[in-house]
Amino acid sequence: MTALVLENVCKSFGEVKVLKDINLTVEDGEFVVFVGPSGCGKSTLLRVIAGLEDATSGIVSIGGDVVNNTPPAKRGIAMVFQSYALYPHLSVKGNMALGLKQEKQPNSVIEERVAKAVQMLDLGAYIDRRPSDLSGGQRQRVAIGRAIVREPKLFLFDEPLSNLDAALRMNTRIEIADLHRKLSASMIYVTHDQTEAMTLADKIVVLRDGRVEQVGSPMELYNNPANQFVAGFLGAPSMNFLKTSVADAPDGITTGIRPEHLTLAKSGPITGNVTHVEQLGGDTNILVKTNKDEMLTVRLFGQHPSQVGEAINLNFAPENAFHFDNNQNRVHL
Amino acid sequence: MSTARSNRFNTFAAHGALILYTLIALFPVFVIVINSFKTRKAIFREPLAMPNSDSFSLIGYETVLKQGDFFLYFQNSMIVTVGSLFFILLFGAMAAFALAEYRFKGNTLMGLYLALGIMIPIRIGTVAILEMMVQTGLVNTLWALILVYTAQGLPLAVFILSEFMRQVSDDLKNAGRIDGLNEYTIFFRLVLPLVRPAMATVAVFNMIPIWNDLWFPLILAPAEEVKTLTLGSQVFIGQFVTDWNAVLSALSLAILPVMGLYVIFSRQLIRGITSGAVK
Repeated sequence: MTALVLENVCKSFGEVKVLKDINLTVEDGEFVVFVGPSGCGKSTLLRVIAGLEDATSGIVSIGGDVVNNTPPAKRGIAMVFQSYALYPHLSVKGNMALGLKQEKQPNSVIEERVAKAVQMLDLGAYIDRRPSDLSGGQRQRVAIGRAIVREPKLFLFDEPLSNLDAALRMNTRIEIADLHRKLSASMIYVTHDQTEAMTLADKIVVLRDGRVEQVGSPMELYNNPANQFVAGFLGAPSMNFLKTSVADAPDGITTGIRPEHLTLAKSGPITGNVTHVEQLGGDTNILVKTNKDEMLTVRLFGQHPSQVGEAINLNFAPENAFHFDNNQNRVHL
Repeated sequence: MSTARSNRFNTFAAHGALILYTLIALFPVFVIVINSFKTRKAIFREPLAMPNSDSFSLIGYETVLKQGDFFLYFQNSMIVTVGSLFFILLFGAMAAFALAEYRFKGNTLMGLYLALGIMIPIRIGTVAILEMMVQTGLVNTLWALILVYTAQGLPLAVFILSEFMRQVSDDLKNAGRIDGLNEYTIFFRLVLPLVRPAMATVAVFNMIPIWNDLWFPLILAPAEEVKTLTLGSQVFIGQFVTDWNAVLSALSLAILPVMGLYVIFSRQLIRGITSGAVK
């Protein structure tokens, strides 16, 4: 059974078309990440799936049922919000139980499911507290717990980690991955952070301007991007795009090389001067201005004693280079 | 160093200004209250003196209480004020929620139309209102006053509350929708508690003018059994003789309930419960 199917989904706000012809399938148990720059429509798409916005045209079906006219609560989904959105007047337990009470589940079921979620998320000590007495990370766990107890066909996460600090973000990321394994539930996760997308997803959907740019597993997208946008969006530091700096490159073709695929060499197709060095301990990022006035980043493993102003030559393996035409589409030379 | 000194000076100046203002504002009230406890002669001989054993007298209060209907006037004023506030807050908040939350054709226009009432004084329509009340048979009922005051208070209430409702997190309302709460529950259980400070502001703004109003009670409900306190106090003010003891006592008593209401609403201004709902 498929968890979610979108067919030609469009959404406009007045004249503005926010989503254009979205087609997508999410298989059962799949972890799908929507990723894209802000304003690309990823959150709107999630809200259309949740039923918080109506699709202007197209079909949304969840678990095999067309849900275009079904209210959010009856779609078999649960959602975790960026701002947690806990009910301020209810305790942790009350927050988790509210959805089930609305479904008129018997008390024994409510107790059992809440207890299970509390145990899974390690919230036992806070069960009677109000949201205002919890830290950010705890609040996000309660919000996740509120979603788990519903036992939905589809989990929706709307940038759930954006409000957490860096260390907590990494922990919670791992917790979410862990949760996905334990529940083997279908999940859709929206983020603008390509690291979250790469580390969590079974399948990444890259969106831009309300269109799907490419769909695939993280490594497919990394190794085989369909166009310059996807190539530049995934991977950190992002891919270098050089129009003129590479010696004997054909006219009108942009060469894309990932920073980690560039190597220092005695002589090479690219020459330039170091403008900045970032020593990260394990890695060194060197920013270079080529002699054709283009900027690029080199990522070297280990520590390198490069100095600003130093002249360097860079080389790369031809099979690691990508080529794009003037319309930013991938071409194979 | 210099900032510390100027800060202290600023604090001092600010407090000075506020204390001065408080004194000026409270002075008439103070004069009314002390004089209500004095004999008529003492009021005119030394209006600013505190009542002492010679001048102390409760004659004003005795007159007011003997007048008999005074408790009824109190009750009428209370019913009108509380009733009007209830409807202003209920309908104002509902309209504000609709304007802030739902996208529909003419939303902005509707908001402007509702806000127009802030600029147009309702008293301009007194004659038409009176005609309407006569035709509906509401003259000399408390409902007439409650309806008029509700209409008078709604524009400002909608205007203030819709601004505040826009600030309530969308995520919270959406979380409620996903958990299966209907729009009324979302409005009453999630949104209203978060805009309570704004509701208290609206209540305080509307309460005092309604309590003190003489115009509409005089025109729409002058009958004995529906007189409000302000109108009722007028019996002591005659064309030739004014019973100042009674007037001052009545006014002193009139301050009390409105002060009680104010205390109730100002308690709500505390934001405590809202923190931690989002972010």
